[in-house]
Amino acid sequence: MGVLDQQRDYVLRTVEERGVRLIRLWFTDVLGNLKSFAISPAELENALDDGMTFDGSSIDGFSRIQESDVLAIPDPNTFEVLPWGDPKAAEARVFCDIHHLDGTPFHGDPRQVLRRQLDAAHDMGFTFYVAPDIEFFYFAPPERGQTPVPLDEGGFFDLTTNDVAGSLRKQTIRTLETMSIPVEYSFHEDAPSQHEIDLRHTDALTMADSIMTFRLVVKEVAATNGVHATFMPKPLEGVQGSGMHVHLSLFAGDENAFYDADDPNNLSPVAKSFMAGLLRHAAEITAITNQTVNSYKRLVPGFEAPVHVSWARNNRSGLIRVPIPKRGNPNATRIEYRSPDPACNPYLAFAVLLAAGLRGVREGYELAPEADANLFEMTDAQLATLGIDQLPQSLSDSLRVMEGSELVQEALGEHIFEWFLRNKRSEWRAYKTHVSAFEIDRYLKAL
Amino acid sequence: MKLVAVYPDPPPPELARTLDLAGYKWAAVGSVEDAASNEPANGWSGAIVACDADPDGAWAVCRSLRKRDTPVSPLLVLVSGSQLADLELRNDLFDDFCLTPFHPSEVAARLKHLFWRGGDGVRPELVEYSGLALNLETYQASIAGKPLDLTYMEYELLKFLAQHPGKVFTREMLLSRVWGYEYYGGARTVDVHIRRLRAKLGEEHANLIQTVRSVGYRFGQSRWGS
Repeated sequence: MGVLDQQRDYVLRTVEERGVRLIRLWFTDVLGNLKSFAISPAELENALDDGMTFDGSSIDGFSRIQESDVLAIPDPNTFEVLPWGDPKAAEARVFCDIHHLDGTPFHGDPRQVLRRQLDAAHDMGFTFYVAPDIEFFYFAPPERGQTPVPLDEGGFFDLTTNDVAGSLRKQTIRTLETMSIPVEYSFHEDAPSQHEIDLRHTDALTMADSIMTFRLVVKEVAATNGVHATFMPKPLEGVQGSGMHVHLSLFAGDENAFYDADDPNNLSPVAKSFMAGLLRHAAEITAITNQTVNSYKRLVPGFEAPVHVSWARNNRSGLIRVPIPKRGNPNATRIEYRSPDPACNPYLAFAVLLAAGLRGVREGYELAPEADANLFEMTDAQLATLGIDQLPQSLSDSLRVMEGSELVQEALGEHIFEWFLRNKRSEWRAYKTHVSAFEIDRYLKAL
Repeated sequence: MKLVAVYPDPPPPELARTLDLAGYKWAAVGSVEDAASNEPANGWSGAIVACDADPDGAWAVCRSLRKRDTPVSPLLVLVSGSQLADLELRNDLFDDFCLTPFHPSEVAARLKHLFWRGGDGVRPELVEYSGLALNLETYQASIAGKPLDLTYMEYELLKFLAQHPGKVFTREMLLSRVWGYEYYGGARTVDVHIRRLRAKLGEEHANLIQTVRSVGYRFGQSRWGS
């Protein structure tokens, strides 16, 4: 029996033995929203063999009307019984790859975009690992037009407010662990009601799947407790926003390809050119790592978010930080890319990060010197002499840079590249016509 | 896996195919002498005797398998409708019967049930170690009686480790023995899966899987008592 048959058999037997009543087929649209449709156990065998056909034109960024039917093929490796719901009528989920009816990979599927990039890394002998630090807020259930109400500012929970958020986080971590998502650290962040959960590194495809699951679990656990969890990058003015720093490393077999014992910073030539690739293409990929109008309100000075395209070992004002690994653990050598926010599409974000890094490695980019001063205290002229650019300042800026990027176009493929630009331009247009409270307060009386 | 005796030699092709599809290991025996001389060292784990071609020879084989210190069981006989009367007074020679021409899935179902009831031979294989139980037939795992929900690769890794308690494996060995194919995860994927398994086993049982510094992993206690 081949591996695929065994995986299939494992899934079918588990559904039977555990009394699973419903199997949810999960996939992701271009903007990173989790999509799902459910099938009964009777249909599962057929789904595993031949996939399930559905109308792709109903999904954002998927197919045009004339080629609308696509095939969702479950990845049996991702099959898991869901830990919530009625144990007597258990449900399970499995992530799907989307294909055309003729079996070729579907160009609108973000998971396939990442797979393509991982294959490119694999051809160079590398495995790509990612560990994200994910920040998010807990709020009282939101009302339209109202400023979000944090949990620990009193008012919402009158008593033991910190314990409620703490126990939410504990429940969340327990649920994540039962869904094969190991948690490294978790803590209350600086802003009121803000929390951070750091996931343990794994290969990028598994991690992108895990982040999709993570966002659902955080929201699900909060909702069952009458609380709203949000991954909006900057929900409150004046306090820090929610980022998703990603720790990246390449392994060649069992060896960390970023580690070099002889280098003063223990960084290998591969690590340096990978970083140089990220820095050179940072502006081009920012629309993907920071894809909302709101994302750019986080990327401002003063709130621990990066603004400048630079790197340093222990300076949190730059785009890339190189954490100093614990002694005697070369495998922990990694770089931390700090601009992404948790509202991104993780498949696309990892794909463009990897594409940028690998471009640097392939073409032997030279790494600029470390920028270890506090960049926030420098004038524009000082920054210019150091050759340090800023990240794009708005969604509009980043879309303009992305449009001219052959690297991003190649990584995403024509279909997603075009659709993304169209969709996000229209988001920017809608925003541009909005008259904000800031303008009313500032101008109505004075002008 | 243990061996099932099948009479006559060669058995009816339909019967051979049914046994193969159901996953039994079997050997054909043509006579009482064959049944004795070809018997594996740990004995036949069961027998299927088709009586329709040569009823006398068939019942002789049944008798030889049953009238001894440790009778072979389960024993299924296949008889034609006109041979039903032969079953009279031979209740001690068989455990169940099936009419010929037989329906392959009926034979398979009867055998499965016979082996299950006998609690021996081709019973689903269980791997047990200190509160952990793996049912290799149903792919289900439990710890202290509570079911564990595992992904396929988590299950395969746990199964492999639990089948070799006390033995130390390097990451490369685990990768080639358990994964055995190209995988996006690379060699570090073993660590990732070990971490996930420990979390699912729970704090109390997490130490079933031990890290052996700068070597790899070991399930359970070392055979050298360290």
